[in-house]
Amino acid sequence: MDGDLVLEIPTDVHSIAGAVDYVMSRCMACQVHAKKLNLNFRVGLTEALSNAMMYGNGHDPSKNVVVELAMSEGRLEATVRDQGAGFDPTSIPDPTLPENRSRPCGRGVFLMRELLDEVSYNDQGNEVTLVLRLESGGAFEGGAPA
Amino acid sequence: MSFQVSKVNDVTLIEVEGQLIVGNRQELKQGVLDKLEGGDLKFVVDFANTGYIDSSGLGVLVSLSKKIREQGGELRLSSLNEDLRTLFELTKLDTLFRIADDKDQALEGF
Repeated sequence: MDGDLVLEIPTDVHSIAGAVDYVMSRCMACQVHAKKLNLNFRVGLTEALSNAMMYGNGHDPSKNVVVELAMSEGRLEATVRDQGAGFDPTSIPDPTLPENRSRPCGRGVFLMRELLDEVSYNDQGNEVTLVLRLESGGAFEGGAPA
Repeated sequence: MSFQVSKVNDVTLIEVEGQLIVGNRQELKQGVLDKLEGGDLKFVVDFANTGYIDSSGLGVLVSLSKKIREQGGELRLSSLNEDLRTLFELTKLDTLFRIADDKDQALEGF
């Protein structure tokens, strides 16, 4: 994907909020409902960056995460790629099941799927693409199937 | 993110300001654990001035709630804005916590 914006961010979880704020500031120009942008897209991008840095790059500061953002009429697309070995996104158990609700982790992938219109991974599992459709209205209308 | 800790009768009130996210969740966790180790058992975490909680922040609240319950105490939450409430409902964490509209309601009858 040729992104309208490409960021390469060193692995440091403390940098996530600033990186997301910067991307969000670039997105404000697109015609997404502001609330949907602030909740759905912000949450999705934050979770993708967290997963990439913590699980993909294993907190290794010598590894980077690349974010590519493409804005077009009708959609906002972000691709987040880490330098890890990748993972199987289908291996994450449903955190909303009663037996999983008390677990301290495992909600990031679920939230991405719930809040974005499309969530897809490359074959290796080290790159996730998030799509928010601009034509749809308010925040949280349900995203891709969990 | 910063948080203010105060005591209202025997309840420890923690008011979180800013975002509770992966980069700062440990500060809140350690602050609550220190109070728990000091003997406090009743906790209210108030989010009136919190814009966003990510999945790591949610995880810290789950973890703290479990530890507090193991000691015979309780962690209540209050003042979730609409976005935060959506996150709690989506993840069904609203079934795990007692969530009050505001801190006064959370403190009531604790």
